[in-house]
Amino acid sequence: MKLLELLGYFNYWVFAIILTVGLYAVIRKTNLIKKLIGLSIFQSAVFLMYITMDKVEGGTAPIIQAGVENQIFSNPLPQVLILTAIVVGVSTLALGLAIVVRINESYGTIEEREILDAD
Amino acid sequence: MIDIGLDILSWILLTLGGACVLIGGIGGLRLPNFYTRIHAASLTDTMATLLIFAGMMLQAGLSLPTLKLLAIMLFLLLTGPTATYALANAALLSGLKPDAETVTDNDKGHAG
Amino acid sequence: MIFVFALFLLTLLVITALAIVHTENLFVAVMLTSIFSLLMAANFFILDAADVALTEAAVGAGVTTVIFLSALALTGEREKPRVGGRNIALVTVGVLALLIIYATFDKPRLGDPNAPVHQHVAPWYLEKTPEYMGFPNVVTAVLSSFRGYDTLGEVFVVFAACIGVLFILGVRPPRESLEPRDESSGLRHHLIPQVVGRLLVPFIVLFGLYVQFHGEYGPGGGFQAGAIIATGVILYALLEGEAEALRAVPRSVLLGMVIGGAMLFGSVGVVCMLMGGAFLDYSVLAADPVWGQQLGILIIEAGVGMAVCGALLSIFHAFAARESLS
Repeated sequence: MKLLELLGYFNYWVFAIILTVGLYAVIRKTNLIKKLIGLSIFQSAVFLMYITMDKVEGGTAPIIQAGVENQIFSNPLPQVLILTAIVVGVSTLALGLAIVVRINESYGTIEEREILDAD
Repeated sequence: MIDIGLDILSWILLTLGGACVLIGGIGGLRLPNFYTRIHAASLTDTMATLLIFAGMMLQAGLSLPTLKLLAIMLFLLLTGPTATYALANAALLSGLKPDAETVTDNDKGHAG
Repeated sequence: MIFVFALFLLTLLVITALAIVHTENLFVAVMLTSIFSLLMAANFFILDAADVALTEAAVGAGVTTVIFLSALALTGEREKPRVGGRNIALVTVGVLALLIIYATFDKPRLGDPNAPVHQHVAPWYLEKTPEYMGFPNVVTAVLSSFRGYDTLGEVFVVFAACIGVLFILGVRPPRESLEPRDESSGLRHHLIPQVVGRLLVPFIVLFGLYVQFHGEYGPGGGFQAGAIIATGVILYALLEGEAEALRAVPRSVLLGMVIGGAMLFGSVGVVCMLMGGAFLDYSVLAADPVWGQQLGILIIEAGVGMAVCGALLSIFHAFAARESLS
C-alpha cells in the first residue's frame, strides 16, 4: 500500500488510540473526577470517528451557495448526529459531576477505594 | 502589479507572525521562572496576532471577511493581555513571588 | 497541504490525551481537557464539519471547563495513585487498540465518494433542501426538520439533566455552616478584568443572538447560540460575583427559559397536528409550505436556544451556590 493510502487511515488510528487512552483512565484511575474526564475523552474519540466518515474528497461544508453549480458537498448526516451527541454528552457530564460533589459531601472523599471501604 | 505586491507583503507579514509564535513558544519552554514565561506568552498574544491577521486581511482584499477578521483581531487583542494579567495576578495573590534572587522555580518550591 | 496540518493536529490530540491521563493534578487535567476540546474543534473544521466545530468549541472548550472547575472547587485537587494491577490494564487496553486498528483496515479510505455512508439518504437531503426549505444550510435543515424527533429528544435530555442537577445540588447540605455570604464573591483586585469584561459581555450576547438567527444561512443554530449566551452570563458572574449575576438573570427566569424552551418545541409539533399535518410537519403552518417550514424551524430553534441557555446557567448556579466543605 502506498504511503498516502496508509496515511488516509491515520484518522482511524488516532481514534483507536484516543479511545483506548480514555478507557484506560476509566478502568485504572480511582479518582471519580479523573474517571469522568476519561469518559469525556472517550466520547470525543467517537465523535472524531463519525466526522471522519463524513468527509468527501474535494468537498466543502454542506452549505448550498446560490449560483454555484456542481458543487461537491460533504455528508451532512453524521454532523447532525454528532451535534446532538455533544450536547447530550455535556448534560450527562454535568449530572455526573453533581453526583460526585454529593458523594464528596457524604463520604468526605472521592477516591473509589476509600468509598468502598467506608460502606 | 499591485496584486503581486500585496501578495508578497502579506506573505512577509504571515511569515513574521509565524516567527513570533515560534519565538514565543520556545520562550515559554525555556525561560526559567513563571513570570518570565508569561512575558514570552504575551508575545504570542499581541505581536503575532497583529502580524498574522494583517497578512490575512491583505489576502482577503476589501470585502466582508476583512471586517470579520478585524473584529476577531480586536477581540483577541483585548482578551489576550487581560487573561495574562489575570494569570499573573492570581499567581501573585497565591504567594508566588517574582523574586529576582532565586532563578528557577525549583529552588524555592511552589507556594499555593 | 492541509493534509499535513491535519496530521499535525491529530498527533497533538494524542499527546494531549496521554498527558491528561498521566498527570496527577486534577486542575492541570481539566485545563488540558479544554485544550483537547479546542484541538478537536479545529480537526472538525478541517474535516468540513463547520457546525460541529462551532458546537464543540462553544460547549466543550467553554462550558465543560467551567463546570469541571466548579466541581473541582468543591472537591479535592489531587488524586491518589493506585498500586498494583497496572500491567493487566495496559495489556487489556493495548489488545483492544490493536483489535480496533485491525478492524479499521476494512473501512473505506478517507474521502472516498463511493463509501456506503454517502449513498442512501444523504444525497436526497442535499438535493431536496433547496426545494423543501429554501435556505442554504443543509445541516440545520436536517437537524430541525428532516430529523426533528432527534432534536426534540435532545431538548428533553437537556431539560432532564438540568432538573436532575437541581434536585441533587439544590438541597442545602445538612451541616449548618457560616452565615450567608453577602460580600462579593468575585475576583479580588479585579479592576482590569472587570473593565474588559463589562466591555465584552454585551458583544458576546450579541454574537450569540447572531449565531441563533443565522443558523439557516451559515454555521450556527440553537445549541451554539445557547452555549455562547450562557458563556457570556457566566463571564459576568465570574467577574461581578454570583449574587450580582442572580440579580441580573434571576433563577425564576432561568427555570422559565428551560421549561418554556422545551414546551415551545413540543407545542409546535402539537400545533402542526392540530392544523392537519403529522407531528412536527411544519409545512402546514402557513399557506406556502416553504415559508411554513422556515417559520417552524425559526420557532423551534428559538426554543432550543432558550432551553440550552437556561439549562447551562442553572447548572452553573447550582454548582456555584454550593458551599465548600473545606
